[in-house]
Amino acid sequence: MTRQHTTGPGRGSHAVEVRGLVKHFGETKAVDGIDLDVDEGTVLGVLGPNGAGKTTLVRMLSTLLQPDAGTATVAGYDVVRQPRQLRRTIGLTGQYASVDEKLSGRENLYMIARLLDLPRPEARRRADELLERFSLTEAAKRPASKYSGGMRRRLDLAASMIGRPRVLYLDEPTTGLDPRTRNEVWEEVQSIVAEGNTVLLTTQYMEEAEQLADELTVIDRGKVIAEGRVPELKAKVGGRTMEIRPTDHGDLHRIAGALAEAQLDGVGGASADEEAGIVSVPILSDEQLTEVVALLGTRGFALTDLGTHLPSLDEVFLALTGQKATHQESAPEEVAA
Amino acid sequence: MSTETVQTRTEPKEPVPVPRQAPPSPTDDGRIGLRANLRHIGALVRRNALQIKQDPESMMDVLLMPIIFTLLFVYVFGGAIGAGGDRDGYTNYLVPGMMAMMSMNIAMAVGTGINEDFRKGVMDRFRSMPIARSSVLLAKIMVEIARMLISIVVLLAVGFLVGFDVEGRWLGLLGGIGLTVLFGASLLWIFMLLGLTVRTAQAVQGVSFLVLMPLQFGSSIFVPTDTMPGWLESFTDVNPLTQLADASRGLVLGQGAVGSPVLWTIVWSAGLTLVTAPLAISKFRKKV
Repeated sequence: MTRQHTTGPGRGSHAVEVRGLVKHFGETKAVDGIDLDVDEGTVLGVLGPNGAGKTTLVRMLSTLLQPDAGTATVAGYDVVRQPRQLRRTIGLTGQYASVDEKLSGRENLYMIARLLDLPRPEARRRADELLERFSLTEAAKRPASKYSGGMRRRLDLAASMIGRPRVLYLDEPTTGLDPRTRNEVWEEVQSIVAEGNTVLLTTQYMEEAEQLADELTVIDRGKVIAEGRVPELKAKVGGRTMEIRPTDHGDLHRIAGALAEAQLDGVGGASADEEAGIVSVPILSDEQLTEVVALLGTRGFALTDLGTHLPSLDEVFLALTGQKATHQESAPEEVAA
Repeated sequence: MSTETVQTRTEPKEPVPVPRQAPPSPTDDGRIGLRANLRHIGALVRRNALQIKQDPESMMDVLLMPIIFTLLFVYVFGGAIGAGGDRDGYTNYLVPGMMAMMSMNIAMAVGTGINEDFRKGVMDRFRSMPIARSSVLLAKIMVEIARMLISIVVLLAVGFLVGFDVEGRWLGLLGGIGLTVLFGASLLWIFMLLGLTVRTAQAVQGVSFLVLMPLQFGSSIFVPTDTMPGWLESFTDVNPLTQLADASRGLVLGQGAVGSPVLWTIVWSAGLTLVTAPLAISKFRKKV
């Protein structure tokens, strides 16, 4: 039986496949031709500033919004033609997919389990199991409106995990949380990921994408501006930088001079930073790294510290978009919802 | 974060065997069966009932409104309106009519409720789940009908206390209640549509109130329409609340025409439902 892979369940090579997806709100092109793939069992981070189109994308992939053009399949189901089947395979957590504030944590989870057709006793057990797993057992009977921000997000996560979805959407899971609570939610997400779940995560925090995602798609104004594995993306923007800290401050310029004289292929831009007490050298390959270290050794410079670092994602974003990832004024997607 | 801590913390004691959703057969079109649909509606009705338990003030309209309005009209206006100070006569006239008023006042609440659900994001979760989208609305309708019935029971209880007398026409009373609920259900769809269209819950309330007052007072609920000027009478005569109040009155008191107002009430209810229910459901499906 041959069948086009986009129409058969589970036949796509990717858990999520998006091709040329477009959504306009009046004049605003919220999503303007996005392509992306999420492989089974991996986490794709969709990184972009506020108003980049992240939430609109997730809403289309959850059948909450109809795309204007393009195609998208989740677990092999088409978002437009097979919305009912598609909804069986997804879990959604986000700013706009929340729990019922008036109900207790347990009642919320029980209700969702019943809506997912678990028989009563199983629904009760599954609710308790997830309360335990997300450390909410003590708060199980309190209405969700009395929960702290972090507890609310954990309850949201628990709610979207009840049906063991094949693909989990996490739409800005930590926006608006303080750093400590953010770490708490990250741990939960990491444990969900460790179980082999497929996750599409949207975020405006570079750190969050770095912590949680395998692959990254960077979007801005509804378009993909870069994609790849996190280290690849960083390398694309610029190689590593080596930082050399000599014991003797006076060696700073001597080291910079020596590196310039040696004329190593590509190593030219060594610069001494008097204030920080370091020499910075851009490094393009592992071989160059060895050559630089060898040179320092033959000249006999005494060093306190030596290291390389990749550019941060903030720097990546700056390099890719030519602008800082600042919060733009709310896009219509945020207002309309 | 070390992997060990994650695993010890996340290992459930007795994992519930929820299979990771296996790829369903290609013949599965994802339609929700009737039994599953009823189960979903049940779970959503339970949700609404729990909300009421959590927030008992939300039953104030149901419990207090019939008491206050009945006492107000019977004792403040009753003596003056009833022919020759006949307060008891007016009570008998008023109570069946007020059932119509209750159905409308209770129906109004559904608009604000649905508006809130959207604002709080609960609706997005429901709409991204494998349940019939109409089940969310049907559950609301069922809960509101229950609230309507409670409010009618309270109204009748107060009515009996202040002298309302059906003179043994209990079947007629049941018929009146049935008609009232039928008409009330058709109103629920209108207010639901309003709740889905207007942006904030406050606006829903404001608009509802504007519609409510003229409809209720421009009807035969409180006074017979024959003393009204002609232009007003022609409005009150087509007002469905007049038809409903007259129908209930005919059934309960055994006086006045019965057939025509009953028929018109049914026509109005069916018409309103046929027009607004599909609109509300489609609006619900497409709402951004």
